[in-house]
Amino acid sequence: MLTLNDLKVGETAVVTKLHGQGAVRRRIMDMGITKGVPVRITKFAPLGDPVEINVLDYELTIRKSDCTLIEVERTK
Amino acid sequence: MEPKQIKIALAGNPNSGKTTLFNKLTGSRQRIGNWPGVTIEKKEGTIKGHKHVTVQDLPGIYSLSPYTPEEEISRNYLLEEEPDVILNIIDSSNLERNLYLTTQLLELDIPVVVALNFIDVSRRDGHKIDSRKLETRLGCPVIETSALKGEGVDKCVACCIGAAEGDEQHGRAKKAGASFDAGVEQAIKDIESVIGETTPKRRRWVASKAFERDEKALVGLSLTALQKETIESIIRRAEEKLDDDSESIITAARYAAIKKLTDNVIVRAKRKDNLTRSDRIDRIVTHRFWAYPIFIAVMAVLYYIAISLGINTQDMVDGWFGDGLIPLVQDWMEGLGASGWLIGLVTDGVIGGVGAVLSFVPQMIILFILLGIMEDIGYMARIAFILDRLFRRFGLSGKSFIPMLIGTGCSVPGIMASRTIESQRDRRMTIINTPMIPCGAKLPIIALVAGAVFGGAWWVAPLTYFLGLFAVIISGIILKKTKIFQGEPSPFVMELPAYHVPSVGNVARSTWERSWSFIKRAGTIILLSSVVLWFLLHFAVVDGSLVMIEDDMIADSIAAKIGAVLGNLFAPLGFGGWQASLATVTGLIAKEEVISTFGVIFRIEDALDIVEEANYAGVAAIAQHFTQLSAFSFMLFNLFCPPCFAAMGAIKREMNSAKWTWFAIGYLFIFAYILSFIVYQIGLLFTGGAFSILSGLAVILLAGSLYLLFRKPRAGVLVSA
Repeated sequence: MLTLNDLKVGETAVVTKLHGQGAVRRRIMDMGITKGVPVRITKFAPLGDPVEINVLDYELTIRKSDCTLIEVERTK
Repeated sequence: MEPKQIKIALAGNPNSGKTTLFNKLTGSRQRIGNWPGVTIEKKEGTIKGHKHVTVQDLPGIYSLSPYTPEEEISRNYLLEEEPDVILNIIDSSNLERNLYLTTQLLELDIPVVVALNFIDVSRRDGHKIDSRKLETRLGCPVIETSALKGEGVDKCVACCIGAAEGDEQHGRAKKAGASFDAGVEQAIKDIESVIGETTPKRRRWVASKAFERDEKALVGLSLTALQKETIESIIRRAEEKLDDDSESIITAARYAAIKKLTDNVIVRAKRKDNLTRSDRIDRIVTHRFWAYPIFIAVMAVLYYIAISLGINTQDMVDGWFGDGLIPLVQDWMEGLGASGWLIGLVTDGVIGGVGAVLSFVPQMIILFILLGIMEDIGYMARIAFILDRLFRRFGLSGKSFIPMLIGTGCSVPGIMASRTIESQRDRRMTIINTPMIPCGAKLPIIALVAGAVFGGAWWVAPLTYFLGLFAVIISGIILKKTKIFQGEPSPFVMELPAYHVPSVGNVARSTWERSWSFIKRAGTIILLSSVVLWFLLHFAVVDGSLVMIEDDMIADSIAAKIGAVLGNLFAPLGFGGWQASLATVTGLIAKEEVISTFGVIFRIEDALDIVEEANYAGVAAIAQHFTQLSAFSFMLFNLFCPPCFAAMGAIKREMNSAKWTWFAIGYLFIFAYILSFIVYQIGLLFTGGAFSILSGLAVILLAGSLYLLFRKPRAGVLVSA
């Protein structure tokens, strides 16, 4: 299973499924990370975490541990 | 005839320019309070030139799901108060995510007017937005605005009034703003027909919430068991068909619908390198290597400006009180023939006490202006981004830094700034630890110890900031491993907003609100305590009756007696004399009272000014009262012990719970006591003291603290929501 956590800076992918449960997951979905939405890894924070993600033309930051809940499919 | 009252609810995402629009709409006609039961700010105002139209500012939200207190407030307000119209402000450069909220608002059966904000920024960036097309598709008026420049604001007002008065043209969305994919749409229609008879209003909203299994939305509807079962089976069928849970299905469906809505509405400018202006700034500001040097440089400049400008203004305010107001009042009262003690009470007690506190206001205002600018630009979010990893190690989140930064000015607005942290656990941790950062009023204590006791050693002042930071880290790690705070810090899901030119109005307003929270206390609690303290210092009980005493008999005063009793508590920390004990207690009124109290006790006039002017010879009498070790221990205790009453009040308001307030105050006291105890007792050993029971206890406490610090986190760590 490929998750957002496996992507490198600059890589793009499409979200296929969200794991986990409860408020965190809902929040991530509300922010636009839902099935079928393309995402791009913009950068990692200087200490390697959190991650800055470009989604729906804005910049969202979430922690790597939450990235592992987001299943994706790489796009070229 | 009076026109009908119209209530507008202003809703939108954070960073969409909502505050700016609200200020433009209402000017100074605002009322600020709190929402009942929570400490989220409630702002209401009257529209310029339309006395019968009020605007209710709702907290910045991304969605109407009831997961954060802000969302719940907005949702409850919209559902229960039923405003006449919703003015939904959306960021035109971030259309899709902003429309997520819009599509939810459109389901509420309340007329919606959309303000397409930052239109000037979008135009400048070369994006083409077809707002007419968006208007047709959403089925509600869409107005291009630039809240900062005032563009389109009047049109918003006109449109809202029109919509509220039932003008068909501005009427409610006739078709719901977004229709979902066939499968989801059918499921929601099915639910609608199940709940049909029991739900007269907002049927679609209730149905879509029912589909998400949102229990709260169904409260108050008297659904029969059979209806509930039917709904559940409709949901389950859809879940099986679409191979996902209903919550995911509906958020995905909503975003899919928005994609269709915005198709051809926005044509983004093609850029050669695909970078926006914000990206370019971020390339440097959150750079792998440069991020921290830039951050440190920004902080250094900020404090340099605040402190260098602040000292001059502080002298000025001191001058007004000391050389201006006090003699004036004294002459006036003498002229009226007031008795000596009353004049003393008013000049020394009231004006002197309050003046000492107010002299910090200019410095604080400068600091708050600078911090307000950083916030408005969008740099604060970047600070949270680059520091999150670091702060998480000691149980805090990147967002905890902002309250602490503000806390270097004054703990009161610092503690209040913890509101932006969503998770209750992180918020509590931040509130408890923010008072440990040396605030402006603690600086004179540091200056006294550094200057008068350590002979002006330059390293004492920076050392205390590091000690403050260090204390926060240690305290964070210890608290994180306790049962009450165990678990990972809550998720960190944050938007990095595009950088914006700061607005003078926003900065001025946030500065005013923060400074006022401090000034207000100077006029109430500090005033009252100064009066009480003056009495305790100037009266003694002689042969069972209360008599006023001369200044040189202060050792007989009631205050001295109280200090002597408390001295027993502080003796193991090295400052058991009544003078230092009393000073510590008066520090609870306001931290700079510590120095003022010493001044009164040792009969040094204007002790606080002398310390601030670094004229340490003038306060030698205070220094002689201490050894270097006991002075250091005294300083440590006063830095970390429970903060002043004003800050305790802020803790109580933000915790919104008596239990947590007492926990915070008790914890700070114990933390400071143990720290000073260990430092003093072990310090005694190193400076040639004999080993005693107390030093044994200090070693045990040190070992215990180290255990709490380095023990393994408890097993079975839960990921808290």
